[in-house]
Amino acid sequence: MEKKYIAYFSILLVGLIFIARLFYIQVIDTKYKPSPLNNSAVAVKYDYPERGFIYDRNGELIVANQLSYDIMIVPRDVKTLDTLEFCNLLKIEKDDFIRKYKKARIYSPRLPSVFVAQMSKNDYAYLQEKMYKYKGFYIQKRSLRQYSLNSAANVLGYIGEVNNTLLNKNSYYQQGELIGINGVEKEYEEALRGLKGVKFIQRNRFNKEIGPYKDGMYDTLATVGKDVTITLDIKLQKYAEDLMINKRGGIVALEPTTGEILSLVSSPTYDPNLLVGRERSKNYKKLRADEASNPLYDRSLLAQYPPGSPFKIINALIGLQEQVITPQTHFYCYGGFKYGRSSKAFMKCHCGTNGSAVQLDRGIYKSCNSYFANTYKRIIEKYPTSSEGMKTWSDHVKSFGLGDYLHNDLSTGVKGVVPDEKLYNRMYPNFRWGPTTNISNAIGQGEILTTPIQLANITAIVANRGFYFTPHIIKKIDNKPIQMDKFTVPKRTTINPEYFDPVVEGMFHVVENPGGTARWSKVEGIEICGKTGTAENPHGQDHSIFIAFAPKDKPKIAIAVFVENGYWGSRWAGPIATLMIEKYLNGKSTRPWEEKRMHEGSIQDEYDKQLLMKELEKAAE
Amino acid sequence: MGWINIYAASVTDTSQGVLDFSTLYGKQLQWIGFSTVIIVIIIAIDSKFYERFSGVFYIISMLSLVGLFIFGSTVNGATSWYNLGGSSIQPSEFAKGATVLALANYLNEPNRDLSNLKDQLSAFSILLLPAILIILQPDAGSALIYFALIFVLYREGLPAIYLGLGFLAIVLFLLTLYAGFTSSIIIVFSILTLFFVYLLNTKKFQLNREWPKVIMLYVFIGLFLFSVDYVFNNVFEQRHRDRFSIVLGKNVDTKGIGYNTNQSMLTIGSGGLTGKGFLEGDRTQGNFVPEQDTDYIFSTVGEEWGFIGSSAVIIIFIAFILRIIRVAERQKSKFSRVFGYSIATIFFFHFMINVGMVIGLLPTIGIPLPFFSYGGSSLWGFTILLFVFIRLDADRTYEW
Repeated sequence: MEKKYIAYFSILLVGLIFIARLFYIQVIDTKYKPSPLNNSAVAVKYDYPERGFIYDRNGELIVANQLSYDIMIVPRDVKTLDTLEFCNLLKIEKDDFIRKYKKARIYSPRLPSVFVAQMSKNDYAYLQEKMYKYKGFYIQKRSLRQYSLNSAANVLGYIGEVNNTLLNKNSYYQQGELIGINGVEKEYEEALRGLKGVKFIQRNRFNKEIGPYKDGMYDTLATVGKDVTITLDIKLQKYAEDLMINKRGGIVALEPTTGEILSLVSSPTYDPNLLVGRERSKNYKKLRADEASNPLYDRSLLAQYPPGSPFKIINALIGLQEQVITPQTHFYCYGGFKYGRSSKAFMKCHCGTNGSAVQLDRGIYKSCNSYFANTYKRIIEKYPTSSEGMKTWSDHVKSFGLGDYLHNDLSTGVKGVVPDEKLYNRMYPNFRWGPTTNISNAIGQGEILTTPIQLANITAIVANRGFYFTPHIIKKIDNKPIQMDKFTVPKRTTINPEYFDPVVEGMFHVVENPGGTARWSKVEGIEICGKTGTAENPHGQDHSIFIAFAPKDKPKIAIAVFVENGYWGSRWAGPIATLMIEKYLNGKSTRPWEEKRMHEGSIQDEYDKQLLMKELEKAAE
Repeated sequence: MGWINIYAASVTDTSQGVLDFSTLYGKQLQWIGFSTVIIVIIIAIDSKFYERFSGVFYIISMLSLVGLFIFGSTVNGATSWYNLGGSSIQPSEFAKGATVLALANYLNEPNRDLSNLKDQLSAFSILLLPAILIILQPDAGSALIYFALIFVLYREGLPAIYLGLGFLAIVLFLLTLYAGFTSSIIIVFSILTLFFVYLLNTKKFQLNREWPKVIMLYVFIGLFLFSVDYVFNNVFEQRHRDRFSIVLGKNVDTKGIGYNTNQSMLTIGSGGLTGKGFLEGDRTQGNFVPEQDTDYIFSTVGEEWGFIGSSAVIIIFIAFILRIIRVAERQKSKFSRVFGYSIATIFFFHFMINVGMVIGLLPTIGIPLPFFSYGGSSLWGFTILLFVFIRLDADRTYEW
């Protein structure tokens, strides 16, 4: 009789094992618990909303959308067709056709894949009528960016397929979706893209869709992207880009009273339409490969140059604040400043004052190196040790927003360099350094490096007499003005407002005074304050720099222009800056000859020479 | 007769489970209707009839199996069906009942002794004949059930050594598949050697007298392992090998050969604790699991009723089978007892293999889950088995 217990026992055992197994796969193991998103029984369909438009500060449409048409293929449904005719329609070779077909087939015979991407509207109109003949092919509409003006590519940025790093980080995006990669497109991606709608569709095992999943319980509607208004004045931007033709460099124009960026030019630039559509990756590679002129590199934000003479303005302000000089303090200049016993320890000066007394005003408009070397020396020597003096000086400089990111809403940026006592203690560990060691800081030539946008910000500070708003590009989202504390709270420098007036006066004379360094750029009817700069450059010709703001009282525009290897400040940068001021304030220029000179002027031969030198050096190595 | 209720519950469960497949649902209801007719007929006939005509049934069903090779139609590679107009009949489902009746009738003779070699051979051949005919179709899965019936013979006096040998053979078989020929021969021989060394130490065993037996044992096991390896690699078809590989975890291809098992486990797993509710199983609706209406019916239960529902089904099955064994044990006639044990074995075997396959514990063997899977032949076959037994049980008081 115990035999029957063997039977009972084994039956119960099997029952227990089965229940335990069910418990494991149904309750414990999460591997078997698909959510609607990764349930293979559910197809997810996205409904992509139209991306928001981008307008400039005057409401002019800069970026819109255009429809593009992808030819899609479902290999399983393809029936025999007149390949030759079809190839002619699509403008592809027969080999191409076979290759693409095989690729789609390998990807999946059942799922649609892109056969020919981004056909033009004309091709579409023609194809549409013929498509019925080709089973297994259909046309899918997509939305692409369209730029009405060939301008501001560096500001607007572009969109492209989302990369893997971001896919892992941000669960919103799916493989193959488009995302803003640069510029405004990147920075305001969330506003522009809107929210895609999701539809869950029940499938059977052949991937046939058999109706909405759970009657559309989880489905969401798409939200259209918001329109964005940026602070750029697209006419001014385009004007500036044209003036910079055949010249490399960066221009930044700000509205001092708000910190809004009026134009942000990097030259050479590229046509934003190049990075749209079928030719995008080909064009991108081409732009990328152009290492010599590097159009993808935003010089207005990323290029760090020695600021040169415009930096004398800051030294003057620090001198006044530290009370080591007054507007009446005068120094004498005999063609330079001797800062050591050696004959080499001599900073040349071309101010041409020849031993006559140079006061602050004249120092600025003549750009006298000796004057600012003396001032700088006094600032550092005011303190018992060079370290303390250096620290005070450095803190003042940093309060102008130099040596740090501006924390703006532009997609890239660099810090620049402001030297401080720590740097010099590291540079000269066994040497008692003093103001004469780094005397070139006096004329913006030493270790200090700034970007054009930082330089423009300094100009805005002077125009505002002591404070600035962080430069920013966003004006309105969805037609609602932006209220962001970081852009609307003024930031003050360590310089008292009253010290600005004599300096502004000096800058006014740079243009106005018959002896000023930028007297050729004088514009009738506009009170422009400026400062020229000529920054030495070990690789070739000096850089041409000019900062300016106008009008002198209640300034509306502050601008910094940087032209690489432009010889001297008043040769290129000065005219460009004043032409832009004229254009912005009056809508047109009274000096067409200057415009013509800028449009026709080229520094390409100098760049070619540098490239040649570089290659020769390489060859020599 | 308390367990008729269980059966009734099973029948309603069937109709519910099949409701998921609207096209097949009506058809299955027809089958159920017919099976009620069959039940009535079975109950009406005198129980002695089954005993007396068991030989006839056996011969008829063997002939029907043989006839398949001439008139049968081929579905999924196996010639197992007779095509009768709109529907088809699978004679192997009925052959089970006939074989069991014949076996019971054979063992019912008073002087049968299963420790006797001649009677053993006769009993085996009753089982082997339909098994061989079904293997030839080829439908190895359905044939396996006849080997399971050895357990009934054990109950009726077959020495335990046969069961032990069978069990050992299965263990060695799986070991060879899992570890490969060389390593499993090393494992088995070292265990054997350790065992003999132990026996030598206890002095109960003298090597000089018993050595031929020991050597025989080594040779026999070695040959067995070799033949398993040989059969697996050279006789089995690739699909059989793949099925074993999946369960042994050697092969994790979820797109090709492992698709069924993987999909069925995903489907069951998606049911969670309480299930998605009746007709709410999206994976069932999406027809993700192949053969879900027949062999993989249990995955529907798992998805729609969850852990609670599917374990309830398992408990009902276990209780049902235990109940049959208990009823079989109380039979006074040997015929009824053998029959009862046989159908318990059949139900249990079907249940174990089918559910084991669906939840990924056993290799893919296409046999139906009694009273759940779609299919007229199997429903009728199981109904006949069950109700013949009920009829026998009802008459047990008049047996003397």
